Amino acid sequence: MKTKLLLMLAGSFYLMPLYAGDLGLPALPVPADNPQSVEKIALGDRLFNDIRFSSTGTVSCATCHAPEKGFTDSPLETSKGINDLRGTRNAPTVLNAAFNKTQFWDGRSPSLEDQSQHPFLNPVEMGLASHDPILEIVKSEPQYVAAFEASFGVQPDQIEMAHVMKAIAAFERTKIAGNSAWDKWYFAGEEDAISASAERGFILFLGNGRCVSCHVIEQDQALFTDHLFHNIGIGMNDIQPRISELAGAFLKAKAAGADVDIAVLTDPEVSHLGRFVVDEQLSSMGGFKTPTLRNIALTPPYMHDGSLATLREVVVHYQNGGVTHEGDPVNDFLSGGIRPLNLTDQDIDDLVAFMEALTTEGLTPPATALNRAEGSQRFATGVQPATSTGGGE
Amino acid sequence: MKRRDFVKIGSSSLIAGCLPVSMVQLAFAGEQENFTFAYVSDSHIQHIKGNKFVRNWDRGLITAVAETNLLEPKPDFVMFGGDLAQMGSKPELGHGAELLAKLNYKTHMVMGEHDYYLDLGEYWSELFGPQWYSFDHKGVHFVVLNSILTDDEWTFNRWENGERRMAEMAGLDNPNGSPFMVGEKQREWLAKDLEKIDRNTPLVVFSHSPLQKIYKGWNFWTDDAEQVQALLAPFAKVNVIYGHVHQIQYNQIGNISFNAVMATAWPWPYPSTYAQAESHLPIMTVPMNRADPFNERDATGWQFMNMHSGRVDLAYNLYNNQDRKVVFDTSKGHPVDKGYQDESARIAPQKHY
Repeated sequence: MKTKLLLMLAGSFYLMPLYAGDLGLPALPVPADNPQSVEKIALGDRLFNDIRFSSTGTVSCATCHAPEKGFTDSPLETSKGINDLRGTRNAPTVLNAAFNKTQFWDGRSPSLEDQSQHPFLNPVEMGLASHDPILEIVKSEPQYVAAFEASFGVQPDQIEMAHVMKAIAAFERTKIAGNSAWDKWYFAGEEDAISASAERGFILFLGNGRCVSCHVIEQDQALFTDHLFHNIGIGMNDIQPRISELAGAFLKAKAAGADVDIAVLTDPEVSHLGRFVVDEQLSSMGGFKTPTLRNIALTPPYMHDGSLATLREVVVHYQNGGVTHEGDPVNDFLSGGIRPLNLTDQDIDDLVAFMEALTTEGLTPPATALNRAEGSQRFATGVQPATSTGGGE
Repeated sequence: MKRRDFVKIGSSSLIAGCLPVSMVQLAFAGEQENFTFAYVSDSHIQHIKGNKFVRNWDRGLITAVAETNLLEPKPDFVMFGGDLAQMGSKPELGHGAELLAKLNYKTHMVMGEHDYYLDLGEYWSELFGPQWYSFDHKGVHFVVLNSILTDDEWTFNRWENGERRMAEMAGLDNPNGSPFMVGEKQREWLAKDLEKIDRNTPLVVFSHSPLQKIYKGWNFWTDDAEQVQALLAPFAKVNVIYGHVHQIQYNQIGNISFNAVMATAWPWPYPSTYAQAESHLPIMTVPMNRADPFNERDATGWQFMNMHSGRVDLAYNLYNNQDRKVVFDTSKGHPVDKGYQDESARIAPQKHY
């Protein structure tokens, strides 16, 4: 029965991908005002890796979004910026971030372009007082000057942060990664591409695991996210008794002009308020963005605060109905979609096997690899032509 | 509170985030003192056995209580609109009372049929006090009625025990059921209670069932509704707020505005999606898209109410669904659903499953 159903699904949803690296992904959305170009992508790559854009001269974007770690800083629970200062959030991967409708765990940024400007200034990330030091470097160094001219047709005195942001975003837009074993099995009909356990895990993912309602897949592509925000019981349990006080104090500070980006990354309790800090809706209390499941096996630990070490712990958290340790109290604002699952141990193993089958072919995290260049090349296959349609922001 | 003061507080407080500006403007158009209260209803706490209760119904009430506690400016009080319990048992009412006790506000209770028909309200009264009463607050006269009574023969003589009686009254489209009524005794009390009230004093009447006749088969109905309405008719501004129907309804009969509140437990289906047969629900019932079966909280909610110039505006907090407002339109003289007042502005109900 199961095999028949799977064959039916795989058969009817099959769609010829544009090329192998894209298998299972939708068309890449590219904003009309920031078309991809080879020059711009190379410039973005350089900016992304430039450690001089931090107050200590030691931290670049790649510090927390390292290619060999699935573009995260795995296995850190929360990211480490200048002077080993710790943020409050687990670094989200750059891989397939181009498809996100909002950026950051709480969606407080609308685009890759906008997102890229914030970590430079955050006191626990790159710690600059303003963007001026970045502009000074890119306006004075000949290689950068040439690259900005080639990318945007601008002279040094015309270079603005908007150009820096666009170049970084263009580079990040090349980090798309489909073509997992599961994609080959599901979209390309390769029956032996995944294990029997992963096949069972996929059925559970669609059924009793209740996963697919938020980690959405479509008939011809799968991003494994609904782009929405849900309180799934991570973080809120710790601040429950003080919610009223914290939420009130935060809103007063926000109304008085406090920087949301700084507040959420420097104060763990404010961080746990989640999406609420952005839209101030009661129903967003403690809600965080549904992350993609693609390449999830590369980037432990998990959840917005990195509090769950393994994929198995994640499934057990859902199995328990939104608490990490069975029997702990459930937070008052828990999403109505989260409830105890009644999975068996075998079911949990199968769900983990399914998630492990979502890793892009050729991506394995070398334990000690520090070769950035090789990592970059490995991901460079996803470059889209500048004529890509999109603007899906 | 002056409007200016409210806006000043509102800009840095939760309510600014969860209430649309249009409502704030309308709410402060009048001269009389404005105030707010919250309304939580129909939680249907259901006992399984031992200390186990149906999780979903617990979660609905817990979330409504937690969110109500976050409101700023603080509501003056909270109403609970009845059907705290599912089968009226002591464990259900006790557990419900325990969850409600977490509210940081004075709470007034309304009796629902699910609270009543096991022991005819005995344990409920022990926990919460009288079943009908009135109180005055900031120039408004509030009346709470027990509208889910029925005739003596059905109540006292027909059933072998309280469990059977409760189960029969809980049924929908049940030929063994009986229509709700306020009853003569309470109407006499109401007439006397209202004698001393000035006719221009705003009245707010809370009942569990609608004090109007909508659909008898589900007891969206009060049999002596006309007689109760007659007692309310002499007053210039009357607002009746009821639970029981688990959906948004509003209506205007003479000077009386009717508003229904949402349940925290589950939504009843909306007419155009329910219609297995011809719908007997009136036109004032506004269609909503059916609930997402994945999200247990979808199409449930609670409401924040604003009293202005003796009229009640309702802001519905609907979780997974689009938040809604039903406000009294002084130029039209009846409540208006701000999102759905024109045919052309309505979202077409979903008719397929």
